[in-house]
Amino acid sequence: MTQLTPVLSAHWDEADSFTIEGYKRHGGYKAVEKALAMQPDDVIAMVKESGLRGRGGAGFPTGMKWSFIPQGDNKEHYLVVNADESEPGTCKDMPLLMANPHVLIEGMIIASYAIRANYAFVYIRGEVTHVVRRVQQAIEDAYKAGLLGKNVLGKGFDLELVLHIGAGAYICGEETALLDSLEGFRGQPRLRPPFPAIAGLYARPTVVNNVESIASVPAIIANGIEWFQSMGTEKSKGFTLYSLSGHVTNPGQFEAPLGITLRELLELAGGVRAGHQIKFWTPGGSSTPMFTADHLDIPLDYEGVAAAGSMLGTKALQIFDETTCVVRAALRWTEFYKHESCGKCTPCREGTWWLVQMLHDLEDGKGTEEDLAKLLDLCDNIAGRSFCALADGAVAPIISSLKYFRDEYLAHQRNGGCPFDPIASTKFVTAGI
Amino acid sequence: MAFTTEQLAVMDSIVARYPRKRSAIMPLLHFVQSVYGYVTKDGIETISEKIEVEAAEVTAVSTFYTQYKSEPVGEYHVGVCINTLCAVMGGDAIYDSVSNHLGIGNHETTKDGKVSLERIECNAACDYAPVVMVNWEFFDNQTPQSVRDLVDGARNGNPPAPTRGPKTLRTWKQNSEVLAGLSDGLANEGVSAGEPSKLGLKIAKEGGAK
Repeated sequence: MTQLTPVLSAHWDEADSFTIEGYKRHGGYKAVEKALAMQPDDVIAMVKESGLRGRGGAGFPTGMKWSFIPQGDNKEHYLVVNADESEPGTCKDMPLLMANPHVLIEGMIIASYAIRANYAFVYIRGEVTHVVRRVQQAIEDAYKAGLLGKNVLGKGFDLELVLHIGAGAYICGEETALLDSLEGFRGQPRLRPPFPAIAGLYARPTVVNNVESIASVPAIIANGIEWFQSMGTEKSKGFTLYSLSGHVTNPGQFEAPLGITLRELLELAGGVRAGHQIKFWTPGGSSTPMFTADHLDIPLDYEGVAAAGSMLGTKALQIFDETTCVVRAALRWTEFYKHESCGKCTPCREGTWWLVQMLHDLEDGKGTEEDLAKLLDLCDNIAGRSFCALADGAVAPIISSLKYFRDEYLAHQRNGGCPFDPIASTKFVTAGI
Repeated sequence: MAFTTEQLAVMDSIVARYPRKRSAIMPLLHFVQSVYGYVTKDGIETISEKIEVEAAEVTAVSTFYTQYKSEPVGEYHVGVCINTLCAVMGGDAIYDSVSNHLGIGNHETTKDGKVSLERIECNAACDYAPVVMVNWEFFDNQTPQSVRDLVDGARNGNPPAPTRGPKTLRTWKQNSEVLAGLSDGLANEGVSAGEPSKLGLKIAKEGGAK
């Protein structure tokens, strides 16, 4: 049985874990002292060597991303933290920032120092007022403590940190759309190259990292590479937050070494809710192809999940039991992608509308077997034919659900509508409404 | 109605946060909503002057983002998560129930101006499903009954406190000010984390963390 490894979440059970005092009580802001005594290139090398990979979905090596920033180029450099957490099922960065915003700030100071940035931004989604308050307060307290502003900790390094609050657009979690949004435009993805490391915010070299990636840096600096590498698997090092939601007895956050399995996590969560069995689940949000009961022993690391035909993504494990209609689930996710498509690329903008119409018909029992082929053909003309990965994400629930539950689509036609009772899936089914 | 001298000074301070003026457009739009409750023509024009960008461009940005409202919403804006997981866990039943109870649909407001309703997408609190947001504060583990009670309380001027948030629920305009990046001094209120957020930690402590 894999042991849990609370690092980022180690003190969330303390009433003042989000304050600067609460953070410092457990060694907070010690790592930044250590990092600022090192050469910036050595900090980059250390993060690179640790094997830390992006925790926002793509899994790109964090230190390598930092090393792409050209040095000695006489241009401003920027660090931008992506706190736009909006991928359906994903719910790790918001509790992290609510309970411990200072670990992100400490990581940001270290990262900015390493890449020689004097301006850093947190782009946080706008629909989380209390999380915004906590981050705001933390930034203010860090300024007062001399950790931000001119001459950080008396080391001659200047850093301004600005909290930028979004306004409800999933697409802004895509890093180039995020940059356009931060520049004051509609959030639409840019064509790459050039990548943000060369021409990012205001066309200057920019690192965009996920909250959890940057928040993992202080622990690596403080405890060392060996400690970090003692957790995880060969190519997926360290600890990470797994989020279990849906039809489990006790949903919640579990910080564990990369490579833990869903079977192990389910055991910790008290199993699938009483009297039911798992039917399908997402390994890392709705954009990652779904799995079934046959996939419980896949190591949840970047390679393990990819080898099984999906992606680790944000480690958002959404669990659905046998009461859930997979067509309903796929349709609802598709409606989400339709709503959130930014409209820039035709295959995604138009295609998601067509997908929704076809899925509605299929759910209503008006679809035919031919329509399933047409649906897949449509998916084939959307994925990979747009600027960003939203289009790929949009077709993932459809293609994967058809792969495992093709007959359930057809059962809607035979039944003349959905054969499932939606109330049976609800959390309050036994309590009455 | 025009902006007061104090409000214009706040807008200047928002612009000053950024290396380039145009970046201030989003917090300025949140600020306009904190004054008027929605994005007004006057608000668009004032932002346009502050950041030296055409009003049409400010409008283009405003209409892209769903949190910016082109008409007034309620003092308490209720968002029911209807993305797949919450919908399945009960969000659909909650939405139908509260919509019938209030007699309003998606993007509509009660006649007394107290409550408006919106079908919202995933709000990053899936381990607390079904989730409802009021003025973008977390109301966790909701039921149709709890949400009917919630909106009744809001209409009577006595809304319940958020599950993870300040001790009292603030109004739409008050919370819009926070989203403009202005502090209301309430960061220290409320829990550090809800029970599901702490579950892994609790188990690790009981079983001995590595």
